[in-house]
Amino acid sequence: MENFDLGHISLLIGFLLILVGFWGVLTQKNIIKIIVGFTILNTGINILMVSLGYVKGKTAPIIDNAVAQTGNHDVSASVVDPVPQALVLTAIVIGFGVTALMLAYAMKLYNAKKTLEINKFNDLKW
Amino acid sequence: MLRNTLLALVILVMGYMFYNVYSNYETRTELSGISQHFTAQGAEEVGAANIVTAIVVTYRGFDTLGEVTILFLTASIIAFFLKLKDEDYESSIDHRATSELLVTASQILIPIIFLFGIYVFMNGHLTPGGGFQGGAIIATGVALMILATPNIKLNYHVIHWVEAVSGVSFVIIGILGIVLAGGFLDNRILGLGEFGTLFSAGAIPIIYSFVGLKVGAEISNILNKYQKSQKEKV
Amino acid sequence: MNNEMVFIGIAIVIGLVSLILAFVAIHNEKLSVAIIAAGVVSLFASVLYLLMAAPDVAMTEASIGSGLSTLIFFYVLNKINKTKNNA
Repeated sequence: MENFDLGHISLLIGFLLILVGFWGVLTQKNIIKIIVGFTILNTGINILMVSLGYVKGKTAPIIDNAVAQTGNHDVSASVVDPVPQALVLTAIVIGFGVTALMLAYAMKLYNAKKTLEINKFNDLKW
Repeated sequence: MLRNTLLALVILVMGYMFYNVYSNYETRTELSGISQHFTAQGAEEVGAANIVTAIVVTYRGFDTLGEVTILFLTASIIAFFLKLKDEDYESSIDHRATSELLVTASQILIPIIFLFGIYVFMNGHLTPGGGFQGGAIIATGVALMILATPNIKLNYHVIHWVEAVSGVSFVIIGILGIVLAGGFLDNRILGLGEFGTLFSAGAIPIIYSFVGLKVGAEISNILNKYQKSQKEKV
Repeated sequence: MNNEMVFIGIAIVIGLVSLILAFVAIHNEKLSVAIIAAGVVSLFASVLYLLMAAPDVAMTEASIGSGLSTLIFFYVLNKINKTKNNA
């Protein structure tokens, strides 16, 4: 296949990890397994966002003596896109916070009913 | 049986939508839009060598404020949920004797880890790194302390005051940006020094240091709560 | 030219191992194996970020996603096993 380079590969990895994560969240019965599936889903989405900002053949967005610059520290012709990286930085930290919160809930649920199977928690079902 | 078939159908439909996006994708060859402005004029307007730091702290400073707020909310909800009853407060965790290798190695490694974390967030505007990475490294040092001596009593007041003072200072520097310079979290309240040295880029080292300390203190608090919840007798 | 081929090769190997480990994380019965597999998926994603010229994101994912997240999972697992043994 022509034009099959790093951007295509990482986009494919991101999409497949999202599908595996969704499959885990939808079919598992143990609460801790559902949270593991959620973690894999988060990782997949972050890989997807960073790979959309990849520009072919360019380097990291840090101004140094090794990066080709023009004019007054103008590097716009030799770096990858820095905006998706700034957004993914925030997303990773927030994903960790949400995972820690879900695990605290799981511990409290186990203390209340002594089981980790999600089918046994039907207090709110009509 | 029907449930599994419906779930497989949902995954297949999502896979088909993803395939449509994937087949029209071509790798980009040049920047466009706002990234063009950030990379071309970023060093001149902000003065930081790390463009991702310049975007996170000054160009999109409100997003950082929102993230710091969400982390604070998460830490306080976890502290509320994992609160110990009064009779469990004084008991101690019974555990196997910690291996001597871990205790001795942690006495050498913990100061080095703290020093490395402080270096990472102080030099966030020159090298890859910044407040969030440095805070996570400091929290890893605290996790090593908790693993080496499980019955450690971390000084709760120090963590509490570090977190509160860092959060308030972050907002005060932001408001100083409105009063003295262009807008919220503008870094030109201090002069942009010479490009590439430690004391350059205006107020970015100070802002990022406060964010790093706050994130480190919050994650240490979360780890401490999880460790203390092992004492609970249900 | 040669550098690019090496990067594409490494990316393909990383992708295959990540997918196999993600399947192991979902379908294995033991919880500790699933948690460690999720941690290793996060570690390989950090190497992939480095191949795509994003060093800040790689550092953050390695320390938060691979280190602290796995630690918190094991705290909860230990508490649940201890309560199950005491009852």
